[in-house]
Amino acid sequence: MKILVCVKQVPDTTEIKIDPVTNTLIRAGVPSIVNPFDACALEVAARVKDVTPDTEITVLSMGPMQAKEALTECLSVGADKAYLCSDRAFGGSDTLATSYILASAIAAIEEKEGKFDLILSGKQAIDGDTGQVGPEIAAHMGLAQVTYASEVSVHGEDVIVKRESDQGYDIISVRKPALVTVVKTAFDPRFPTLKSKMAARKVPIQVITADDIPNIDLSRCGLKGSPTKVKKTFTPVRNKTCVKIAGEEAAVSAAKLVGMLADAKVL
Amino acid sequence: MGYKFTEEQKDIQAMVRDFTKKEVEPRGREMDQNGWCHELYQKYIETGLQSTPIPEEYGGAGLSDVECAIITHELAKGDAGFAMAMEISWVCTDMILKHGSEAQKQKYLSGVVDGKLFAFCLTEPGAGSDAAGLRTRAKKQADGSYVINGSKAWITNSGIADYYVIMAVTDPEKGANGISAFIVDKGTPGLIIDAEEDKMGMRSSDTHGMTFDDLKVPAEALLDKEGMGFKMAMEGLDGGRVSCTAISTGIAEHALDIAKNYALERVAFGKPIAKHQAIAFKIADMAMYIEAMKLMLYDVAEMKASGVRCSVQAAEAKLFAASHTTQICLDAIQVLGGNGYSKEYNVERLMRDNKLMEIGEGTNEVQRIVISGAVLRK
Repeated sequence: MKILVCVKQVPDTTEIKIDPVTNTLIRAGVPSIVNPFDACALEVAARVKDVTPDTEITVLSMGPMQAKEALTECLSVGADKAYLCSDRAFGGSDTLATSYILASAIAAIEEKEGKFDLILSGKQAIDGDTGQVGPEIAAHMGLAQVTYASEVSVHGEDVIVKRESDQGYDIISVRKPALVTVVKTAFDPRFPTLKSKMAARKVPIQVITADDIPNIDLSRCGLKGSPTKVKKTFTPVRNKTCVKIAGEEAAVSAAKLVGMLADAKVL
Repeated sequence: MGYKFTEEQKDIQAMVRDFTKKEVEPRGREMDQNGWCHELYQKYIETGLQSTPIPEEYGGAGLSDVECAIITHELAKGDAGFAMAMEISWVCTDMILKHGSEAQKQKYLSGVVDGKLFAFCLTEPGAGSDAAGLRTRAKKQADGSYVINGSKAWITNSGIADYYVIMAVTDPEKGANGISAFIVDKGTPGLIIDAEEDKMGMRSSDTHGMTFDDLKVPAEALLDKEGMGFKMAMEGLDGGRVSCTAISTGIAEHALDIAKNYALERVAFGKPIAKHQAIAFKIADMAMYIEAMKLMLYDVAEMKASGVRCSVQAAEAKLFAASHTTQICLDAIQVLGGNGYSKEYNVERLMRDNKLMEIGEGTNEVQRIVISGAVLRK
């Protein structure tokens, strides 16, 4: 069984600040992490491997050379192989171009290593929050897809997915090969062990450039291939219409609060 | 800090930092109240960090004292008692690594890799820093075995350990040179664990007195030769003092972290108290001492890793780190004012925890004896 997990290196948004003048992210000094949803996707794959030890897990990322750090981290918590898509021609890609490049890269990897039975990714990245790249990869590759999975198990040719929804969850069975995007799971990604951490540094990360992908259409990559144009980035104005009900007994305050909510037609 | 960590050391540092943030620190206050947390220990051994200094042929990672110092330092930022419980086991594995027979290494070093824990039994009710004044007696029998009688005090990990390294007198005539070390498994008849100590701090670590009542151990339990115990204990204490430096440094950084965050948020007289010079200067002093502690810590760890005798430097580092960290904790409490005096803010715990670092593995006064002795001998 071969699983591919797509991961993105993102700035740790719990640490990030926005420049009040330029309205852009201040990225200097902000630590980079593996997108938490992608880390969950990798844990889902690692749990499949726990049950089926002959599973091979490959991780794939797109980004600058710095993203190798994120891949090395993945290698310490379950991944066996790692690929990084990196080329100047890929810079500035929106979700459509990114998913096209990743789908083309996956085809090139499959050419070398055989078909993947299952492709996993996080439901979205915490920096862009689009939630589009996973489903778009499936569309480019013509794969069945299930989004928002909280649990995944493999039974023969079927992948059984527990899919989160607003009402509860669905249990969906999908034939291999398929692509599944993963939410924040109930279980935390495992810690690396001392040995896996030390071994991870020794695994070479294979870099895929545009030259390594036969027949890639460069007009569909990078800025040129991105129909999305960012018009403006801004920090929303904080609405400070906060009312404090203080200095009264709890029951009186509660009654007052209910009255105010009723007046505002919230209740 | 200018000290150059290798890529591998940085990896280990990041790994332990993450583990400490997620698993150790959140349990700190609970462990202060309820003592040793077996669940945390289980999670810790799953990471394999306990096998850091064990050579690869016994299943370990074969890393040096520098990596051990990194781990102890990082763990102590979350909980000092847990860090201490872990490093004390390494004091024993270090002795076995340097002095043990092949059979002892096979059994005990591999045991630690599998998650077994050691207790180091040196201190007695009547002999602490005066280690040469031990009273516990090991008498050799006609069949080559030994019978041990006596008692120990303040033994970390004693209620939870799988193995014990026990220092006992084999030849009372020879003073310090008449002390020998024995490795004893838990559950051996005559090995009695007394009531748990009700300590001021380091309450997450498990501490008891011990009694040996005709504790019979085979000849193979002897570590190295008879009479080597004191020398091994002193070598072990060098390592222990490096670890104490690491623990105090970790506690100090934790205290600074709490004080800094509080000072940036708490407003008094119209501005965050961090903007008041009285507070800002306290923070400055804390940062300065911490920087010096880190330099001393990794310098002496590097010395020990390269096999250079470092008794004096270890004593200096421990004394410096332990005494300044107590002051840093007191200052941190002061920064938090009334909140610092409350257990809820965790900083009073750090002061209680660190106080042991001025007493254990040689008191501050004993460190001064070691240092002044070396200086005045020249």
